[in-house]
Amino acid sequence: MHPILARIQRLGLYLLAWIPLAGLLAFVLAASGNLGAGEALAVAAPLALIYAFVCLSAWYPCRMIPLGRASLARLLLSHAAAAVVSGGLWTLLGRAAASALAELPAFAGFGERFTRALPVLFGMGVLFYLLSVALHYVLLALEASRQAEGRAMEARVLARDAELRALKAQVNPHFLFNSLNSISALTSSDPTRARQMCVLLAEFLRCTLGLGEQLSIPLAEELDLVRCFLAVEQVRFGARLNVEEMIEDECRSLLVPPLLLQPLIENAITHGIANLPEGGRIRLEARRSGAGLSIVIENAVDPEAPPRRKNGVGLSNVRKRLEARYGERASLEAGAAGDRYRVLISLPAETQV
Amino acid sequence: MSQEAEKKIRALIVDDEELARQIIREMLQAHLEVEVAGECANGFEAVKAISELKPDLVFLDVQMPKLDGFEVLELAGTDAAVIFVTAYDTYAMRAFEVHAVDYLLKPFGTARFEAALERAKSRLGQKLPPAAELAAAARPPAHYAERLVVKDGVKVHIIPVARLDYAEAQDDYVALASGGKKYLKQQTISSVEACLDPARFVRIHRSYVVNLERVTKIEPYGKDSKLAILADGTRLPVSRAGYARLAALLEGKGA
Repeated sequence: MHPILARIQRLGLYLLAWIPLAGLLAFVLAASGNLGAGEALAVAAPLALIYAFVCLSAWYPCRMIPLGRASLARLLLSHAAAAVVSGGLWTLLGRAAASALAELPAFAGFGERFTRALPVLFGMGVLFYLLSVALHYVLLALEASRQAEGRAMEARVLARDAELRALKAQVNPHFLFNSLNSISALTSSDPTRARQMCVLLAEFLRCTLGLGEQLSIPLAEELDLVRCFLAVEQVRFGARLNVEEMIEDECRSLLVPPLLLQPLIENAITHGIANLPEGGRIRLEARRSGAGLSIVIENAVDPEAPPRRKNGVGLSNVRKRLEARYGERASLEAGAAGDRYRVLISLPAETQV
Repeated sequence: MSQEAEKKIRALIVDDEELARQIIREMLQAHLEVEVAGECANGFEAVKAISELKPDLVFLDVQMPKLDGFEVLELAGTDAAVIFVTAYDTYAMRAFEVHAVDYLLKPFGTARFEAALERAKSRLGQKLPPAAELAAAARPPAHYAERLVVKDGVKVHIIPVARLDYAEAQDDYVALASGGKKYLKQQTISSVEACLDPARFVRIHRSYVVNLERVTKIEPYGKDSKLAILADGTRLPVSRAGYARLAALLEGKGA
């Protein structure tokens, strides 16, 4: 749909803009054809009104020949040709109008004088048409930028949605089932610990739900969540699970995406500690190096255990989230060396969003 | 009464989590006819305990260190009634394929546990087909084994499939060759073949399945047959049908 015809207000503005143009036309016609002011206005006003609508047709060639994509020669030739045709038709129309007016007694000798103004009329026609071409290109550019903005907005919304979905999927139901099973065991043997574990589990779940809504959280908060998770798992695995933390103090206030580390810690348990009869150690390290933050999660693995089948959903989720958020500025490396599995995350050290 | 005591059902509890074992132990306390013969915290212990204690009933977790529940069954070759106990519902199909009596999902309540125990009791004494072969064969479609397990006396060998060079049929056994050593396992070569990824392992002969990555070249041998030369120099016979399969696979890979 034509952008100007689409709304009545726009059409009104457009026609208003033609009033000075009509005045200009009357002036040049009067000067070149030696017409009286009344005569000039009488012929210029209807001509301008009609031409205003003719010029709207520039929309179609403009849309067909987008700026920047078509060659310059094609652009100039097409619009020049259209301008000449429109200007020519307008001139013919002007002449027909002039001969019709010349029949009236008040316009004696008008036809002859007007004929002298015809080249000027033609020139103005070409000029107005080209102005209209320029106007339409501006309109097209505005529309394109609005569309691009809409698309970017949509992409942002989609990315956010995807991230939230991913976060929700990350709370592994089997973690819950196993924890509930531990609670079930403790209810008769150690009710106090059963209650403690209920509280820990609830705290962990509440954190996961709450943090998912935020874009970034201080590392310290993520570490609290991780500790909560580990405390629940500690009840299940007992002495088999050992955790060592080496967090530099200045890292604690740096911002990270929420639930960045929790899925990796969960992997360290399910693919590492849970496969070892005697258990093992998980080492969590955070260091600030210049403008970057490095986080290392290292855990014991059974070198004989089969490789991770899906290469870890948690791992690929974290990788995707880092990529979406930081692009080239963040990286994730993961791999096993002997009986240790190591994940290294590097991301920019940010203190404010 | 004394007669009943003699007929006590001997149960083995296998789970790597102490608390998970504790629940079963506790629920069994209400059943005087059942005695807990032992508890195991990993697959190795379980294989050993099953062959030594010969329990009537096994509560078996699936995901454990070293060997998973199915591998334990495969190696222990028990005719005990087996109740799988796990947090994962994904293994249920496989569990019933190996004639598990029941499949308890953690956490479970007393009523559910009693029902499982009743089913187990009604199954006791029934002779079932050996679980070993079933356990090896029971896997979901398109999920191939990542490792093979072999019991050698009291020792258990785990062979990741990437390290399996070839398998050779030897009467009722199959010899699994890995890194210059051979491990004998009571299984048919067809069932070994069935659990290996057909894109990586080929049946080149009635008696041989080979790891495709190990094959360095094929040489003609006699009129109709050929020899496959492996990276370590081993020479294996290739039948005509085997050669056709091998060629199809190599072409498919664009090699």
